[in-house]
Amino acid sequence: MVNFLHDRQTLWLFGGILGVLLVATVVGQLLKLRRSNAVIDNLNARIRAWWVMSAVFALSLLTGGIGSVILFALLSFFALREFITLTPTRPADHGALFWVFFVITPLQYWLVAIQWYGLFAVLIPVYAFLFIPSRIAVSGDPERFLERSAKIQWGLMVCVYCVSHAPALLMLRIPRFEGKNARLLLFLVVVVQMSDVLQYVWGKLLGRHKIAPVISPSKTWEGFLGGVATATLLGAALWWATPFSRAQAAAMAFIITIMGFLGGLTMSAIKRDSGVKDYGSMIEGHGGVLDRIDSLCFAGPIFFHLTRYFFT
Amino acid sequence: MRRAIAAGVVGLARILAGGSVRCLGCEFDSRQRIYFANHTSHLDFVLVWSALPRSLRALTRPVAAKDYWDRAGLRRYLVANVFNAVLVERVAQTLLSVPAQTGVPVPHRKDPIEILLEGLGERHSLIIFPEGTRGNGVQLGPFRSGLYRLGKARPDVELVPVYIDNLNRVLPKGEFVPVPMLASVSFGAPMRVEIGEEKDPFLERARSAILELRRW
Repeated sequence: MVNFLHDRQTLWLFGGILGVLLVATVVGQLLKLRRSNAVIDNLNARIRAWWVMSAVFALSLLTGGIGSVILFALLSFFALREFITLTPTRPADHGALFWVFFVITPLQYWLVAIQWYGLFAVLIPVYAFLFIPSRIAVSGDPERFLERSAKIQWGLMVCVYCVSHAPALLMLRIPRFEGKNARLLLFLVVVVQMSDVLQYVWGKLLGRHKIAPVISPSKTWEGFLGGVATATLLGAALWWATPFSRAQAAAMAFIITIMGFLGGLTMSAIKRDSGVKDYGSMIEGHGGVLDRIDSLCFAGPIFFHLTRYFFT
Repeated sequence: MRRAIAAGVVGLARILAGGSVRCLGCEFDSRQRIYFANHTSHLDFVLVWSALPRSLRALTRPVAAKDYWDRAGLRRYLVANVFNAVLVERVAQTLLSVPAQTGVPVPHRKDPIEILLEGLGERHSLIIFPEGTRGNGVQLGPFRSGLYRLGKARPDVELVPVYIDNLNRVLPKGEFVPVPMLASVSFGAPMRVEIGEEKDPFLERARSAILELRRW
């Protein structure tokens, strides 16, 4: 692994994140001086949490690959814990849940760490998906069997399998980009999270027409279109840090943004079905871990596979 | 060393069960108290104890089932050195024994209330589970009389209702290994046995105080 302190492009990306955070903090404080209400307090809480999240993410990248793998493994663990808490499992599922949390999840990230792509790609959708219903069946409780199996499978899919594709970017072998894969991870995370932020900002400024008011009252067409357009431009503007050309970077950013939007919407639908507003309360102003990474869950695997197919 | 282990226990409790603590009408205070909670898991007292501020943990003694916790190895070490727990036989086992020769029942163990009052002493607080046995996590069972007797014997001690939510899914009855799940601990307003209050109305009042916390 390269020492990123010597990688100028990575430093530029870090500098850019720092600049955005500084601007956001100043704007947040100015808004607070002018007028204090719940929306602005929540905005400032979110910005404070962004400082912490950015610092943790940057530190994990500085340790080389292993720090990122551990960070995303922990995110998966906490997200899965939030997801399973909302899922009405029964005592007979206990054995299956033990395997999901303490065997399958660590194993998936161990495969990322040792860069064993073949098993990484099939461990959960093949082995775990057959194992979970079998283990529940062995426990002998048939009530709502298919529902319980499917919900645990889906939790594992979204929280672990999908999320693990972000650090898995570090295992791709891209010609003339060796040792620089951390920038791909940075590109994905920056674009997907900035797309969330920009959709939020455009929605707050111009939002009128709701897309799916029952599922997500805060998602509007204005926010969506504005966010997609600006996040795509942002991605194109970061092309120099990636193995992509300008147009390719724009296309990748566009797909990341769309997938991120669909991830947020889908995970909101699950929340509405369970009758909760947020998955948890771990991150101040944002809700739970899963509320923050829902867009990454959907964007990560698609970005990984597009990059793998076209660039390796 | 002991403090490091205590911190480890609290950290583990947070990883397994989340750190959600809600105070609904109760402020943490070092005065003597009896925290009484619904009982769904062997880990209940660990979670309630972990939810308290560190300064109160040293003063608060959980009451735990002797047959489960007084076993050689880690459990005995933890209850003796970290939790400073008060161990009691489960109520089902403190039945009177009837010797065949006389036919007259004789209690063959010390009254558990005596043990609890000794454990309370002059400065400690207790964590107890008045249902006496672990429920299924959905219904709150009837309360045994112990809480009433403690409240009568020590009118100076505040009785604090505690509702533990979702912990039964972390370690259900009959399981040995926990799985992570977000649980929460809610502390309600302190109460006492009122002067002249009978046992059954008091126990019902205490029980509904826990049920009230569940609504939040």
